[in-house]
Amino acid sequence: MRGNNMLGILFSNAHDDKIRELTEKRAMGSVPFGGRYRLIDFPLSNMVNSGINKVGVITKYNYQSLMDHLGSGKAWDLSRKREGLFMLPPFGNESTLLNSRVESLFSIHNFLRNSKEEYVVLSDCDIVCNIDYTEVLAYHLKKQADVTVIYRYGEIPEGTSNPAVYTIDPDSRIRDLLVSPKMEGACNYGMNMYLLRRDLLIQMISDCVSRNLYNFKRDFVQRNLSNYSFYAYEFTGYAKAICSMNSYFEANMSLMLPKIREELFTPSRPIYTKVRDDMPARYGLGSSVSNSIIADGCVVEGSVENCVLFRGVKVGKGTRLENCVIMQDTEIGPDCRLSHVIVDKDVNIHPERTLMGYQSYPVYISKGSVV
Amino acid sequence: MMPKQEVVAMLLAGGQGSRLGVLTKNLAKPAVPYGGKYRIIDFPLSNCVNSGIETVGVLTQYQPLVLNEYIGNGQPWDLDSMNAGVHVLPPYQRSKKSDWYKGTANAIYQNIQFIDRYNPEYVVILSGDHIYKMDYSKMVAYHKEKEADCTIAVIEVPMEEASRFGILNTREDGSIYEFDEKPKVPKSNQASMGIYVFTWSKLRKYLIQDEEDPKSSNDFGKDVLPTMLNAGERMFAYRFQGYWKDVGTIESLWESNMDLLDPNVPLDLSEETWKIYSRNPVMPPQYVAKGAVVQNSLVAEGCNVYGEIDFSVLFEGVYVAPGAVVRDSILMPGSRVEEGAVVQYAIVAENSVVEKGAQVGARPEEIQDKEEWGVAVLGAGCRVVSGAQVPPKCMVEADTVYTKEAEK
Repeated sequence: MRGNNMLGILFSNAHDDKIRELTEKRAMGSVPFGGRYRLIDFPLSNMVNSGINKVGVITKYNYQSLMDHLGSGKAWDLSRKREGLFMLPPFGNESTLLNSRVESLFSIHNFLRNSKEEYVVLSDCDIVCNIDYTEVLAYHLKKQADVTVIYRYGEIPEGTSNPAVYTIDPDSRIRDLLVSPKMEGACNYGMNMYLLRRDLLIQMISDCVSRNLYNFKRDFVQRNLSNYSFYAYEFTGYAKAICSMNSYFEANMSLMLPKIREELFTPSRPIYTKVRDDMPARYGLGSSVSNSIIADGCVVEGSVENCVLFRGVKVGKGTRLENCVIMQDTEIGPDCRLSHVIVDKDVNIHPERTLMGYQSYPVYISKGSVV
Repeated sequence: MMPKQEVVAMLLAGGQGSRLGVLTKNLAKPAVPYGGKYRIIDFPLSNCVNSGIETVGVLTQYQPLVLNEYIGNGQPWDLDSMNAGVHVLPPYQRSKKSDWYKGTANAIYQNIQFIDRYNPEYVVILSGDHIYKMDYSKMVAYHKEKEADCTIAVIEVPMEEASRFGILNTREDGSIYEFDEKPKVPKSNQASMGIYVFTWSKLRKYLIQDEEDPKSSNDFGKDVLPTMLNAGERMFAYRFQGYWKDVGTIESLWESNMDLLDPNVPLDLSEETWKIYSRNPVMPPQYVAKGAVVQNSLVAEGCNVYGEIDFSVLFEGVYVAPGAVVRDSILMPGSRVEEGAVVQYAIVAENSVVEKGAQVGARPEEIQDKEEWGVAVLGAGCRVVSGAQVPPKCMVEADTVYTKEAEK
C-alpha cells in the first residue's frame, strides 16, 4: 500500500560547481549517468519506491534539460491527479537567486504549507544510491526524533563541498556537527538527506529567516542541535557521491561490478527514467565488447572495453574504445581510438581521431562538439 | 456524442495463433514478443499513431489477459488521448443474441456501436500478426482518390510462392476483378496483406447484410469482400512496398527476428521518423562481461552476457552464463542459459531456464534427415535440466521440466 504521509523535496542544482564541465548547460539533477539515467532518477525513484506521491523539485538555473527529462513525471508514476511532480523554479521578483538551501525552502513556504503530508524528506541529486525512506521514517518514529539526518560512516569522498561531520552518542542522537573539519580517516559524514515533520520544517526555516541566518548546516542544523532532537540514520548500502569529474568517472565504472548493479538496480526498487523507445542495442559482425555497460539504441561495430555507452551511441568499425563514458547519441568513428575520455551528448567524432586521457584525469568533450 | 474522427482503425487481435504452438498457450498471438523488446501488436499500433490515426479498437477474444495488460490505457503509443485513443473490445453479453466473435466480419459487426460513436468516414481493418512499417494515411488518401468503397493493401510476392497467399487480380487502374484464395495457378503475384480500408457507410451496410445470411461464415476474406465485389462495389488494390512478414508460424517468427540482424533487410526499427513504440521495461542497461563474445546480435536492457552469443535476439533481463553458447536463437524476457549450455536455432520463451550443460536445438548441417530439422521451442517458464537435450523441431510445453527421460 502506498503511504501518503511523506513529501519529497529535491534540490536539483546543489553542488553544480563540483562538475562544472557537465553542469555548464544543465543542472546537477540532469547530468547523464550509468548508460540511461540522469542523476535525479535515483533520488526521485527512491522517493517513489518509498511510497512518496508528491515531490517538489527546487531549481535555480540551467533547468531546461531537467524539465525536458522530467516532463509530466509520468515515467516515475508522478503524473497524477492527486499530488504528483511539482517543478519549483525561482520566482522572478526575488532579489536573491536562492543561494542557500534555507532561502530556497523559504521561497517555497506556500508549497510546503499547502501540502498535506505530515513528513518531508529533503535530498540532493548528487548521490547515486538506492535507499528506502520508509525505513528512515520508521526509525524517525521509533526514536521520536525531531529531525533525522542520514549519514554514512567512512572516509569523506574527496571533493565533497562543506562536508558535515557528526558526533553521535550511543543512542544515535547527534551531539555535535562540524562543517568541513580537518579530518583524517573514517567519520560519520552527512549525505544531505533529512527527514522531519512538515510543520517543524516550516517553523525552523522561518526562525532562521527571521534571524537573518541562511546557512543550512550551521544555522538550521548546528544552532538547533540543543533545541531539537536530531537523530542520525546510517545508510550502509552502496552510495557514490558525484563531487568531481574523477568521482563521476569512477561511479560510472563501478557499475561494471555485478554486486553494485544488483544493489543499485534491485528489482523490488527499480530506478525509473525517461522512456525513449530506442530499439535494442545492435552488435555488428566483428564487434568486440568486454566488461561494458551498454544501453538501448546503441550500434556497436568496433571494439569496446570497460566503457559505459548511453542510449543511441554509434561506434564505427575499427574503432577502439577503452575506459570511456560516452553519452547519448554520440557517433564515433570508424577507426578512432579513445581511452579515458568522457564524451558528452550529441558529439560527432570523425574517423581516425585519437583522444587519450589518463585514469586520474579523464579528458572531457563537451556537448555537441565535432572532433 | 464523441467528436467526429475521420478514420477509425479496428485491429483484429482475437486469434489464437495455434500455429505458434506453445508460444500462444497463455497469450494471444499479437502479444507474442518480437525483436528484443516489442510485441507483435506494437507494429500496427505504432503504424496507426504514426499515420495520424488516433482511434483504435482492439478486438480481443483468445487469452486476453497479457494483451489487455500490455495495451493498458495506450499511453506507450500516445493512444491515451481524451476523446480518442485505444479501446480494448472483447465480446460482451447483450440483451439478445450474445455470442463470441464468430469471424472477422462478425467481430466488427458486434462493434458497430463503437464505430458509430465516432461517426467516421473510413474504417481501417488491421490484423495483429504482421511485422511491417506502413503509412496508412497514404492508403486512405489512395482510397479517397479512387473514390473506392474498399481498398485492400497488396504486396508483390515471388510468383512461385503466390499459391500460398490470397491473390488479388486487378485491372490496369488498380481495380480488383477477382479474388483468388491460394490459387494453384496464380494469375498475379499481388498478395493481400489483410489490411483493408472501407468507406464506413458501405461496410456497415454489408456487415448487417452478412450477419443476416445464416450460411455466411462471417469472414472478411471468404464472405464480405466477395459479396461486395459481386455487387459491383468499387474495390481497389493498394500496392505496398517494403518489409512485410506474416509471423504466424514458428519458422516465420524466427526468420523475421533474424531479419533484424540482416543489414540488407529493409526493416529499420531505429528510424526517428517512424518509431515503433512499446511498453518499455524498467531495467538497467545491459552488461557485457569480460570474456563474452557478442556477434551480430540484438540485445535489450537488463541482459547480462558472460558467454557467447551469435546471430541472436536477446530480450530484456536475459542471462547468458560464462561458457554458454547461444547461436541463431531468440531468448525471450527473463530467460537464463546457464554454464556450458548450448542453445542453437531455438526460441526460448519467457522465464525459461536452460540448465548447466543442457542443449536445445541443433544446426541444420548437424542433422542428416532434413525433415527432422526445425527450430526448437521452449514454452514460457520451462526448465531444461542439466545434461538434457531438446532435439530440433521439438516443442516443450510451458511450465514443464524437461528431463533426460523426456527425450524418449
